[in-house]
Amino acid sequence: MGADQILQYLLSGITTGSVYAIVGIGFNIIYSSTGIINFAQGEFLMLGGMISVSLSHSMPLAAAIAAAVIMTGLIGVLLQRLFISWLKNPAVLRMIIITIGLSILVREASLHIWDEKVHALPFWTGSETSSLAVLGARISPQVLWVLGVSALMVGALTLFFRHTLTGKAMRACASNATAARLCGIRTSSLVTLSFFIAAAMGGLAGCVVSPLTQTQYDMGTSLAVKGFTCAVLGGLGNVTGAVAAGLLVGVLEAASISVLPLAYKDVVALAIMLCILFFRPEGLFGGRAAAPAGVR
Amino acid sequence: MRRYAPVVLLAAAVIAAQLILSFLKLEFLLTQLTMSAYYTLVALGLCLLMGYAGQVSLGHAGFFAIGGYTTAVLSTAGAAALSFAPWLSLPAAVAATAVVALVIGVPVLRLRGHYLAMATLAFGFIVSRVILATAVFGQADGISDVPGIRLFAGLVLSGKRTLRVQNYYIAWALVTLGLLFAVNLIGSRVGRALRAIHGNEEAAAAMGIDVGRFKLAVFVLSAVYAGVGGACLVHFNAGIGPGEAGVMKSVRYLALVAAGGMGSPWGTVAVSAGLTFLSLRGAFGLYDDAVFGALLVGIMLFAPEGLFGLVARGRRT
Amino acid sequence: MTTKKSLASLALCAILAAPLSAADPGVVKIGAIFAVTGPNANLGTPEARTLQMRVDEANRSGGIAGKKVELILKDSQGSTEKAVSFAKQLIEEDDVLAIIGPSTSGESMKLKGLCNDAETILVSCAAAETIVNPVARWVFKVAPMDSFAAQMIFATMQGMGIRRIGVLCSNSGFGQGGKAQLLKLAPGAGITIAVAEDYDKDATDLTGVLTKIKGQNVQAVVNWSTEPAQSIVLKNIRQLGFDVPVFQSHGFGNLAYAAAAGKAAEGTIFPCGRILAAEVLPAGHPQKKLLVSYRNAYIAQFNEEPSTFGGHAWDAFGIIAEAVSKVGTDKNKVRDFIETLSGFVGTAGIFNFSPADHNGLTMDAFEMLTVKNGRFVPLR
Repeated sequence: MGADQILQYLLSGITTGSVYAIVGIGFNIIYSSTGIINFAQGEFLMLGGMISVSLSHSMPLAAAIAAAVIMTGLIGVLLQRLFISWLKNPAVLRMIIITIGLSILVREASLHIWDEKVHALPFWTGSETSSLAVLGARISPQVLWVLGVSALMVGALTLFFRHTLTGKAMRACASNATAARLCGIRTSSLVTLSFFIAAAMGGLAGCVVSPLTQTQYDMGTSLAVKGFTCAVLGGLGNVTGAVAAGLLVGVLEAASISVLPLAYKDVVALAIMLCILFFRPEGLFGGRAAAPAGVR
Repeated sequence: MRRYAPVVLLAAAVIAAQLILSFLKLEFLLTQLTMSAYYTLVALGLCLLMGYAGQVSLGHAGFFAIGGYTTAVLSTAGAAALSFAPWLSLPAAVAATAVVALVIGVPVLRLRGHYLAMATLAFGFIVSRVILATAVFGQADGISDVPGIRLFAGLVLSGKRTLRVQNYYIAWALVTLGLLFAVNLIGSRVGRALRAIHGNEEAAAAMGIDVGRFKLAVFVLSAVYAGVGGACLVHFNAGIGPGEAGVMKSVRYLALVAAGGMGSPWGTVAVSAGLTFLSLRGAFGLYDDAVFGALLVGIMLFAPEGLFGLVARGRRT
Repeated sequence: MTTKKSLASLALCAILAAPLSAADPGVVKIGAIFAVTGPNANLGTPEARTLQMRVDEANRSGGIAGKKVELILKDSQGSTEKAVSFAKQLIEEDDVLAIIGPSTSGESMKLKGLCNDAETILVSCAAAETIVNPVARWVFKVAPMDSFAAQMIFATMQGMGIRRIGVLCSNSGFGQGGKAQLLKLAPGAGITIAVAEDYDKDATDLTGVLTKIKGQNVQAVVNWSTEPAQSIVLKNIRQLGFDVPVFQSHGFGNLAYAAAAGKAAEGTIFPCGRILAAEVLPAGHPQKKLLVSYRNAYIAQFNEEPSTFGGHAWDAFGIIAEAVSKVGTDKNKVRDFIETLSGFVGTAGIFNFSPADHNGLTMDAFEMLTVKNGRFVPLR
């Protein structure tokens, strides 16, 4: 296998990996502030894609994307406020079941609001056939957008958590909710904010991959599983860990194609997840402890 | 003796339903009732696992599929090998399910909460993918033309129209036995140990309960329930498809158990029989998946002890 | 006791839910099982819509031979156990004359034995050869054979001097059926399949496997699926700078897939029923009038282009309607009529049934099409 081919596999893996990473980050954000694993995380990507496609018929692309991102964020807020916020101290099992149910409802609602067909945003730059040469490999310019937007999101999040007051308050909330409340931090609003951020990020990711992967009402489930794999692999609650994990999973999947039949590609990610869960559940990089489930 | 009341009631209801339907010339309804019996078996096993051992499983459809596909393969491709005693494919299917449950149960049950949920979800996914990738399982088309199985006393496990009534009784007899076993288990020492584990694993261990062994035993038991359901339904339907291992199926079982009340085997039986029956008759139209999603959310929000818990609560106030 | 009450009320619901239907000779009862929602919705939705459209149209003009048509449509969601349950309902309770569908080969195979034993006509819209081979008396199929499509693809390749290809199939029944035919027929056509891979029907990125294929120095790529991945394959191939002709199966038969692939679809070659090139057929072509009217009616009602899948439902209904209008509603007579029906003009081609051939289509049903400026045109 030539160097060109290796690079091609690598690029392919990094592209899919960054999408997984974004979903994983979404899991982490919500997990850190509430202790909930939000099974509906994958649906936010689907919503971002679908909404932006619908809007793109009546407004310029950039506006449609921006509006879709905000609307998806608001849907996340809605889900949190309507279904999750007023539960007092629910058991982990109950939360798991609720978020699974919510992901199904969001999916089925999309099926009936839109349709079963595949939709796609136009390529942000270039077209379906554009191809850039990168050191002997070839990629679509949209791939650069995916990588760029992902990097931007991670960077913005890191800045947010480290250097803004709200971000620091969210981290305080995550490590000890009671203490945070005692400091006058409004934990419930921060929880809502974390859902907004996770959903909006998912929506933006959905918009940037839509030209490549196309958007369909049922794309959320498998993304959620892969995203969770990355979140766990990188350590639950560890945002940068999820990024590294995502890239790793993506590249491993791409590499597996060169040796295994393609039919087993998805098993690779699942097998990785199981190994991590069995042998090192705190992940490769160790996670931050989650907020106790009492935070709503 | 009071704890056997639900079992007796179930048996009575099963017999009454058949007599009424036959009298009203509505015997065709027995078909969907028989199918829902086998799905109810899965839910019953899951109820024991979730309600009593407190372990979640998002991949139980995988066990149903293992049971079903094993007997399907043995009855079609492997029919020559078993021609001396074709009914052996049934215990073979159950054994296969038990073995898989045992093997994956050991590492999986060391996990808790959402880690356990995701691990079981991954298991279900892997079963589904393996089926889709393997020619002997028929890949996406599944396995068809599975023959009926001759059981004892002239009974035949098959979906033929003429054998409707006896297959209805075979199916519901299995469910009644399953319920009897579950009720017995719950009321026994083992059941109390399970409830102790459910309440607090460390405390139970401190009391001398071998937590790991009990959890594994219930896990395997619940898998066997699912495997039996799968194996029998395959012969009733004369075939199986890869959708039986899918995530949406596992989620349905979860919804049924949650709605019936995780601590209530007879609640699970009632809800499962009813909802599966309606779903199999197409009563939910294009909203079939949505109904189960709404059920999950609704039950967890408003009635976490299940629908019957809600009624009990209403009575108490 | 709550249990008793709930079980009793469940029994009551079951009784009330059962349709009270007596055999009504003035009505033609047709059942249909399609995968309207779920993973095969791209097959079942156009099929259900087309069938409903035809039934409504028939009833508006007085029914078939004066008899009203009652359509009982069930959504199997692509699941085999639901297909079986609905088939039993349609046969035992609703006592239908015929069942149209299912949408997928897996479901069809589950119903083949069932309908044959129950002596109810089944007109499947799925592709698998095994549905009509071996022939079951009561089971028919209106979708063309995969082997014809594969043969046409290889014939075209021979004409283009292509000898070494890469093959990509989805892991769905359609994809695997096509793969089997490609592998079987390639040696006879002098074509070497350098690599054949299966992807998951939900796959969203195929650059990895295409890299693998590219590394095998192939002269063309064949993709065989009915999934939206068909469009992704086209885009990925161009984005990788992989400059070879791309062939698709007849599953590409929906203009939406070409639209989704945009410029990347240009030049794609595939065998297809003529429904997608209805506009450019020569005026005297036997199928032209039917195809144009179907296309116009579908666009008028649903505001989108029809697909070959919807066409199968059209043909199934048409065949049954033809039979009923000629011999009435007796099951046996209808079955016998269909089995000897010849020269029936449908969307998929011209059907000539016989006791040995319950599909009725030949390679003639296909036309090699290509994509030019976003439209399907015959390949010259």
